[in-house]
Amino acid sequence: MAEVLVYVDHVDGAVRKPTLELLTLARRIGEPVAVALGNGAADTAATLAEHGATRVLTHDAAEYADYLVVPKVDALQAAHEAVSPAAVLVPSSAEGKEIAARLALRIGSGIITDAIDLEAGDEGPVATQSVFAASFTTKSRVSKGTPVITVKPNSAAVEAAPAAGAVEALSVTFSDKATGTKVTGRTARESTGRPELTEAAIVVSGGRGVGGAENFALIEALADSLGAAVGASRAAVDAGWYPHTNQVGQTGKSVSPQLYIASGISGAIQHRAGMQTSKTIVAVNKDPEAPIFELVDYGVVGDLFDVVPQLTEEIKSRKG
Amino acid sequence: MSLRIVVTVKYVPDATGDRHFADDLTVDRDDVDGLLSELDEYAVEQALQIAEDADDAEVTVLTVGPEDAKDALRKALSMGADKAIHVEDDDLHGTDAIGTSLVLAKAIEKAGYDLVISGMASTDGTMGVVPALLAERLGVPQVTLLSEVSVEDGTVKGRRDGDAASEQLEASLPAVVSVTDQSGEARYPSFKGIMAAKKKPVESWDLSDLDIEAEEVGLDGAYTTVDGAAERPARTAGTIVKDEGEGGKQLAEFLASQKFI
Repeated sequence: MAEVLVYVDHVDGAVRKPTLELLTLARRIGEPVAVALGNGAADTAATLAEHGATRVLTHDAAEYADYLVVPKVDALQAAHEAVSPAAVLVPSSAEGKEIAARLALRIGSGIITDAIDLEAGDEGPVATQSVFAASFTTKSRVSKGTPVITVKPNSAAVEAAPAAGAVEALSVTFSDKATGTKVTGRTARESTGRPELTEAAIVVSGGRGVGGAENFALIEALADSLGAAVGASRAAVDAGWYPHTNQVGQTGKSVSPQLYIASGISGAIQHRAGMQTSKTIVAVNKDPEAPIFELVDYGVVGDLFDVVPQLTEEIKSRKG
Repeated sequence: MSLRIVVTVKYVPDATGDRHFADDLTVDRDDVDGLLSELDEYAVEQALQIAEDADDAEVTVLTVGPEDAKDALRKALSMGADKAIHVEDDDLHGTDAIGTSLVLAKAIEKAGYDLVISGMASTDGTMGVVPALLAERLGVPQVTLLSEVSVEDGTVKGRRDGDAASEQLEASLPAVVSVTDQSGEARYPSFKGIMAAKKKPVESWDLSDLDIEAEEVGLDGAYTTVDGAAERPARTAGTIVKDEGEGGKQLAEFLASQKFI
């Protein structure tokens, strides 16, 4: 059976959930071979094996943290040469897409980004994408070279599928371009203790109707009662009420959770582009004409300052 | 010596319009109004600011696209760019990201550059990979997704805000930069700017000017194939209730019925 390369997104050896979802998709096409780079790379092996990786290729060097993107492209290219895979799958993060694109160019292949599903096909893997602010879905495939495909978080279930997960050292020679862009400083984002926005099963978002930074405490309290991530509309972020890293929409994150709760968000196209593929959508808004109500499974026309705290209390009491 | 800045811009169908596909599964550009991609306005803005801070700089805007794409160039010129290059060729219809990066890279090399500035993504394709592809093709540093950017003494510096961390980046020119919508509000063209733009030079190049063969681009040259596109079924109408004091509880009841609580 053909092998499929899976690029591992991890933090010091802790594998992030989208990579495990990629392993589920990779198994539809072939045998997953994982590539883990940087500090803690070898520590990823046990988790990857549990989810189907037959081999785990690892390499650690200071270059991965000290220089932008290119060292990782060099390594993935080395893995591609060593394995000759049927496809290369990469998580659709900002960095993942850049790595994938440069790899595709180097190996003379096409690239598909932001797939939301992947199936084996007669002419190679078929990727489903959601386009034009999620108003269309397309089926595409790479027609030249080894398909390089990036996949969005929440596109597949994480499945246990024990495999060997044999750790092998990957041999990497860095190109002369690897050290072109130096990372001179790095400030880690403060942990909120909440799930990562793009990976969360439930997202609770606030918009213009929240009315101020201090009122986001209401949104956070609701999120915490559900174990959810917190999102914000562009209007709320532009007003400085919530950080840009939490922005849901065309120029922010695109999310596809099981449940999306929009509070005080009108539902402009800019926002819909980032949340329209959520499985269940509910909204609270004062304006009965707000376009968000066209999308909802359940909507409450009312003042979020009444509805949201009552909802939070009710959830807490039901959960006991 | 003059700092030569090339800004890549894209002419896209208006995102608030009714976007759809043509029969050959390319983006339909005839039935929807087009405009300069909003995210590219940020690139033009940062280019103009860097040029204003430099002793001597020239800002060239570059686009690849059909005849109407000139509108995007005009907008950038009216914001203050000095000149424009329009790469137009019938054989370009259906070109994918890999092909587009080839055409842009050849045009950038022909124009001459010290700094390339792009937006973070287009508002139609939304891949966000062209800046990385340009850096790879041109063989220069990639300094992308910056929320803050500055150029001094032949070095570009910037801040890249990622999910896990915020990084400070640094590279020597020549380099390829992309900027996010957090990099600073784009200026509106002034009346004077709009009038001045009409007199600014717009060069037109085709594939032969760039030594690119027709087979390398277009639908036939594409590295990817779209086999089908379907309109997403409209979401079935949901239940809407008016809050009369119990709205939160009713919502909780719905969430419980869906097993979220």
